[in-house]
Amino acid sequence: MLKKRIIPTLLLREGRMVKGVNFDSYRDTGDPVFASRVYNSQYVDELVFLDIDATSEGRETNAEIIEKVSKECFMPLTIGGGINSISTIRKLLNSGADKVVINSAAYTNPQLIIDGAKMFGSQCIVLGVDVKKEKDEYVLYKLSGRVKCQIPLIDHITSMVNIGAGEVFLNDISNDGKMSGYDHELIRLVNDSINVPLIACGGAGNFKHLEDAYHETGVDALAMASIYHFGDNNPIRARAYLMNHEIDIKKV
Amino acid sequence: MIGILDYGMGNLKSVQNSLSYLELENLVIDASTQFDEIGHLIIPGVGAFPKAMERILNKDYIRPIKEFAASGKPILGICLGMQLLADLGTEVEECEGLGLIPGIIELMKPSGLRIPHIGWNALKVNQSPVLLEQVKKSADVYFVHSYHFKAKEDRNVVARTPYGDDFVSIVQNSKGNVIGTQFHPEKSQKQGLKMLENFSRMPSC
Repeated sequence: MLKKRIIPTLLLREGRMVKGVNFDSYRDTGDPVFASRVYNSQYVDELVFLDIDATSEGRETNAEIIEKVSKECFMPLTIGGGINSISTIRKLLNSGADKVVINSAAYTNPQLIIDGAKMFGSQCIVLGVDVKKEKDEYVLYKLSGRVKCQIPLIDHITSMVNIGAGEVFLNDISNDGKMSGYDHELIRLVNDSINVPLIACGGAGNFKHLEDAYHETGVDALAMASIYHFGDNNPIRARAYLMNHEIDIKKV
Repeated sequence: MIGILDYGMGNLKSVQNSLSYLELENLVIDASTQFDEIGHLIIPGVGAFPKAMERILNKDYIRPIKEFAASGKPILGICLGMQLLADLGTEVEECEGLGLIPGIIELMKPSGLRIPHIGWNALKVNQSPVLLEQVKKSADVYFVHSYHFKAKEDRNVVARTPYGDDFVSIVQNSKGNVIGTQFHPEKSQKQGLKMLENFSRMPSC
């Protein structure tokens, strides 16, 4: 059967890799190309790159990173941040990306999802959503967590999936960088309302968190960053742990 | 020399990068006149079936591809490139394919499971072509697709993969020189790279 995926996420800022807490207080965590090389040698399932300042700085997504990484990493590569036109999507796919994450643009220009899916297939159009828990409610944010959106979470996700998004990348702002576990309620809520694969991100601090999230929510894929940046954990150990706990993951 | 067919919608770069990494000589084919220069052909592909066939038609590739196949030279179709080898596609609208391997492309309907089928899944191999030499029998490889190849004849099926029911993940023609993989060998780490290396070793007669 289809294996559960473990996906390291690399946040990009000014050509460097960074990591923050609650989408804030970013710290430098190294060179993204070097990090990708290390992840590649550990046979991770996929890599996600998010160029977190591209939209707010009004510039194009950093395609250079994909170009470099795709020369030596032969695994699926997904990139997001600043994607607002078909020509940007084409450029990224031509640079070696397999999938693109569309987040902020989906709110103002849903036609991009429609056209992207028609042109390149739903399988490479990933809807990105950033969610914050406020007074027991899940609220959507755009522009890397800077601007609050009015549309309800599930309405937005289901309508974007209906018009062509083939996968959803769910980023939990409230748990981002906290390393205290995933929000199972949030993941279940989203996972149960769509029939495309979900990648959930935000909160992984140890391997038990991964195991619990897979068991409790049935999600297809978990993304993570801090767990590998801060501490002595790596994807090889994560895989061994999950295998021992009967999570069906890729054999290498 | 391995040719990578450019028809304006493939993931050329990834395929090219993997061949270059393996130090295999390769050439992007963007005109029908270039087929004389190559001994092997890879048809990559991302996107929708009818659009792909339309572009292949407009680029005048259909005859040279069919002649290439008939001459016994190796062809590898990847993902959409594999599906184009079939007789007929049904994505968006019914559309004739290259007709190199008998079959129809249909939407997957795995009961209770999600579509697209995205991620790593295992091969269940029932033939042993050169392509799979030194590849693990139940290797996990990377898939990303919503449609699948419904082969007309069992003898064309090299491997299946379980997702609800088993679907066809590797096909080949009766001569064995035209092969298609529903997964992406160029994205399947060491098992996939091994397949590309094996493909390059298939005789180009």
